[in-house]
Amino acid sequence: MAKINLNRVEMPRQKPEVRAKNYNEVALGYSAEQALEEAERCIQCPKHSCIDGCPVEVDIPAFILALREGRMPDAVKILKSKNALPGICGRVCPQETQCEEVCTLEKKGAPIAIGRLERYVADWEQENMGASPVDPVPPTGKKVAVVGSGPAGLTAAADLAKRGYGVTIFEALHVAGGVLMYGIPEFRLPKAIVQNEVNYVASLGARIELDSVVGKLVTIDELLSSGYGAVFLGTGAGLPMFLGIPGENLNGIYSANEFLTRVNLMKAYLFPEYDTPVRIGRRVAVIGGGNVAMDSARCALRLGAEKVYIIYRRSEAEMPARREEVENAKEEGIIFKLLTTPKQFFGDEQNNVVRMECYEMELGEPDESGRRRPIVKEGSEFTIDVDVVIVALGTTPNPLIASTTPGLETSKRSTVVADETTGKTVKNKVWAGGDIVTGAATVISAMGAAKRAAADIDAYLRG
Amino acid sequence: MYKILLKQDLVPNIHLFKIEAPAVAKKAQPGQFVVIRIDEKGERIPLTVADWDKAEGSVTVVCMEVGTTTRRLATLSTGDSIADFVGPLGIPTHIEKFGTVCCVAGGFAVAVVMPIARALREKGNKVISILGARNKDLLFWEDELRSVSDQLIITTDDGSYARKGLVTEPLKELVESGEKVDRVIAIGPSIMMKFCAKTTEPFGVKTIVSLNPIMVDGTGMCGCCRVSVGGATRFTCVDGPDFDGHQVDWDLLFARQRTYLEEEKRSLEQWQHQCGDYS
Repeated sequence: MAKINLNRVEMPRQKPEVRAKNYNEVALGYSAEQALEEAERCIQCPKHSCIDGCPVEVDIPAFILALREGRMPDAVKILKSKNALPGICGRVCPQETQCEEVCTLEKKGAPIAIGRLERYVADWEQENMGASPVDPVPPTGKKVAVVGSGPAGLTAAADLAKRGYGVTIFEALHVAGGVLMYGIPEFRLPKAIVQNEVNYVASLGARIELDSVVGKLVTIDELLSSGYGAVFLGTGAGLPMFLGIPGENLNGIYSANEFLTRVNLMKAYLFPEYDTPVRIGRRVAVIGGGNVAMDSARCALRLGAEKVYIIYRRSEAEMPARREEVENAKEEGIIFKLLTTPKQFFGDEQNNVVRMECYEMELGEPDESGRRRPIVKEGSEFTIDVDVVIVALGTTPNPLIASTTPGLETSKRSTVVADETTGKTVKNKVWAGGDIVTGAATVISAMGAAKRAAADIDAYLRG
Repeated sequence: MYKILLKQDLVPNIHLFKIEAPAVAKKAQPGQFVVIRIDEKGERIPLTVADWDKAEGSVTVVCMEVGTTTRRLATLSTGDSIADFVGPLGIPTHIEKFGTVCCVAGGFAVAVVMPIARALREKGNKVISILGARNKDLLFWEDELRSVSDQLIITTDDGSYARKGLVTEPLKELVESGEKVDRVIAIGPSIMMKFCAKTTEPFGVKTIVSLNPIMVDGTGMCGCCRVSVGGATRFTCVDGPDFDGHQVDWDLLFARQRTYLEEEKRSLEQWQHQCGDYS
């Protein structure tokens, strides 16, 4: 029996007090020695449940073996044959609930750090291989339109381009990447990495049209009648949810989308060198408990806030954010006010938010999400002085596509209805995948859906 | 990159840009706007569409210098390019045969009112236009607006041209006059739109305004442009920019437009310093 090493190699990270003042990546990446040490822990078990745990079915044992044996180009090839964005996934996938959760060594508390190894291989490729030569593919002569250049759109485009289709991606913003660019901060996902991955997709032959708002500039029906054989919708869930409580339109109250877009996409942390401003609060309250809330809080901290609060209505056990990001936030000094929810906001004569009144909560019976329902404790109101509030409650799909596309079916939650396995919608020649179908979820699940849709589009167009 | 096919200085601090954007030109409708970004470090700002030419593949916007971005834009010339031009955004102005429509244009907004007045006239409306400027040097497109109106009334705050006064004065006379006015469209500085709406409210004449809050993406994903209309929160970029002027919470709009006064000042100081302009 293979010798089992339960010493999981730690990811080197910037110290909290240092990183709380900069936007550089927190996780520094494995060295070659660390990567080898971790790769050697993998017992290459015959069960390899890890592959099933991966939404895009990366052949994990194979790339780890290649790494261990010093066959790095092979590791890259194996990884990229299934995952077009490994530098991104290695950083932001919740591996702890996917491949690593079902790792044979998980039961012994030391699953292989698959995500860290994936990142290592992806970064190695960028540093050592430059632009990988792309195997020429016989063109099918058919065109596919992809709407949205986030994880779903990029993945669908990559897979379709690899199958010989003429792909055009239509992106509303002035850069490609979607939530990878505007949502996830630099210190968690460097924009240079995102740009490399976008360049890779372009190198496969996909054309990217920026500044192109489908639904305004051109409709889905117009795309279909102008020569595109199929359309894939990967427009995400970009509509912010607000609390709907008094005072929410005061100055200094942001949706997380707005705050993160100003900071990450428009680089407001470099204002006034970059022209887009963002209000730098002294006391910032972030409402929510997911990854976006953690990202928002950690950005606000880096902008120079004295105190940053996470205000979450349930307890820590129910927080949907990645454990790792909650730990990072705590280490950086973010204050967690759990079992708390805002009641209303108060402002000054200039309409600036100055104070927030909150309720304490307690947990009752589980609700539809399976988590214990938060219940307001009557009479428990208390106030916190705040000058910036970031509402990170979640997002739903932007209704723009649905409202300009006759024949598309949407659910009560504004998501586009699509087959779970194929991504096919009820509208002829239109597929969809990612957050626009599931509501806000993960980068990797969007990629998995996009791969399935691309395969189905290919089958359809081949007749 | 989007080329500036023509840059025209209309009056002091107000400039016209005809931009090469064929796809946007094909789709632009009156009342819609575009979001532009000059370069990599620039911010995204909304500008309402003044005109478009499908054959030429161009869209025309008019902007007034207020802060750093509009001043930087003013330094560009015919032949230069800007990084981004996104549109057409927003819901187009609702055009139908209402009967008699009064179009009120405040200052530089004559550019924005033009395509609306033209479309209304083409639909068979009687168009009475009111054009107001601070003084005669800031007046432009008088003949253009006259060409699409059945009647044109001009006001200048200081009386240096035509009638002395604010646009609300002839507007009030019109709605009081007994002539049936079916709709008013008032576009200009927010304070002007507010007072136009207040003027028509006692007479129950539907008044459409085009709101101008701060924006970032312009496609409905951030909520920066949120306004309160009839007690409900709306996103100007996707639910507007046209709204019922009698339902708008004007004080909230003014307050939110002042969110970045400090930052705007800092930005302008930095830019002026970079230009060597210490005025």
